[in-house]
Amino acid sequence: MGNRVAIAGVGLTKFGELWDKSLRDITLEAGMYAIFDAGIKGSEIDAVTIGNMSAGRFTGQEHLGALAVDQGGLGTIPAYSVEAACASGGAAVRHAYMAIKSGEHDAILVLGSEKMSDVNQSQAMDTVSVASDWEWEGLFGATFPALYAFMARRHMLEYGTTEEQLSLVTVKNHANAANNPWAQFQRPVPLEIVMNSGLIADPIRVLHSSPISDGAAGLIMCTEEKAKELTDIPVYIEASTQASDTLALHDREDITTMAAVKKSSREALQKAGLTINDIDVFEVHDSFTIGEIIITEDIGITEKGNGGRIVEEGLTALDGKFPVNPSGGLKARGHPIGATGVAQIAELVLQLRGDAEKRQVDGAETAMAVNIGGTGATSIVHILRR
Amino acid sequence: MGEQGVAHVWRKLRAIYNIEGNHCKTCDSYFFPPRLVCPNCRRKGQLEEHHFKGLGKVHTFAIVRQAPEGFKRQVPYIVAQVELDEGVRLTAQIVNCDPEDVEIGMRVRACFRKITEYGERGIIVYGYKFEPVLKVTGHPYP
Repeated sequence: MGNRVAIAGVGLTKFGELWDKSLRDITLEAGMYAIFDAGIKGSEIDAVTIGNMSAGRFTGQEHLGALAVDQGGLGTIPAYSVEAACASGGAAVRHAYMAIKSGEHDAILVLGSEKMSDVNQSQAMDTVSVASDWEWEGLFGATFPALYAFMARRHMLEYGTTEEQLSLVTVKNHANAANNPWAQFQRPVPLEIVMNSGLIADPIRVLHSSPISDGAAGLIMCTEEKAKELTDIPVYIEASTQASDTLALHDREDITTMAAVKKSSREALQKAGLTINDIDVFEVHDSFTIGEIIITEDIGITEKGNGGRIVEEGLTALDGKFPVNPSGGLKARGHPIGATGVAQIAELVLQLRGDAEKRQVDGAETAMAVNIGGTGATSIVHILRR
Repeated sequence: MGEQGVAHVWRKLRAIYNIEGNHCKTCDSYFFPPRLVCPNCRRKGQLEEHHFKGLGKVHTFAIVRQAPEGFKRQVPYIVAQVELDEGVRLTAQIVNCDPEDVEIGMRVRACFRKITEYGERGIIVYGYKFEPVLKVTGHPYP
């Protein structure tokens, strides 16, 4: 088909605890950077999609679509606010993809945004836990880290995954983030510090967990034609897929695998006409390090149960065969929930353009992003190509 | 935290007090928490109420050391997925057991406990937790 969907510009705010910036400040900032990067005129943008999980609870503000259009001076164009818990950002990208593919819109400003540090830590934890089945998991004392601990403990029992392997994911992702000027934690962290960090939900430690972050990301997505007018190096979305699973983790037959990730990643590869070996660089959802281990198995980088060992072997390191999370991932770049899925795409666009500087994967031409919501109840996969 | 009103607890009292879920007569599957539609059979499903025995084993667990407001006083506590003998799994705390003694496969049975309270002036939520079978009865469950 001739109607490919392209990405012509990306923008990011720095991720972190941004005390001096509000939700609308960061949303606007990421959007403006994306617009400047694409060199597109405001009048050429005909819609906005914005991914956000829970601004109403984190900041007291909802209706972010209209907020973004208003603050950006974009006039009367339609704006769509999209929510899929931690996959809200990926969902905003996918909505824009479908809108352009259908011919309804030509050029869309895609945003992802979350301001989490305006509430205290305990309120933030409460809000994060509504991404799982709050009524039947959260209400009974299962925190979000506890649900990932459930997966980790089964993975350890069934496949011999070790605490050291859970920790090595952190070490790898921090090493990558040290070279990412947008990341929340731009410093390496040694293994023994990770292994001795505080337990939050055994066997999960604080340094196995993504932080509470503020941040926003933006993209200009448009038709192939439009992208060629705007830039010499458009990046194309070769596939956009999404799958669902049970909301509650206890309803899944096997909690060491994410069925929605398996399904959506296989479909994406099939649509793009590629195999996993053709993908040069990955951004996957490491809200907890066990998540990266499980996802690398489920997308087919390695067989089930081997996800911990490939980290030890360096297969997913920046110079490995399958570089995973060159940005530092959710663990070290930060995880402003609604921004994450958009930031993954932004990082991959930089990688494909060759603009990722010290964290550049040499010669990357194809890329995959895996953004999940909750404990895997939503999985959204995008495959990009230069 | 979701809503904190009385009604949201009251309307599911039977489920959270007595572990009442359902059973689909069409596909012979059990469900807890109760569902409105059988996900296997959809419109062909025939759901009937089912009172679970409340016996099962620990499928996986975590020791929660950092908890939200309503659970802060309980840390560290054990939360687990319990696989009931009928084959379904649910999420609940394990009590009458030290965090270092819990293990996967351990036999447990349901008990009635305070789950949380909604602040100083809010309601107190009661419901199921699980405890080791051996420790309470003195006899292993057959």
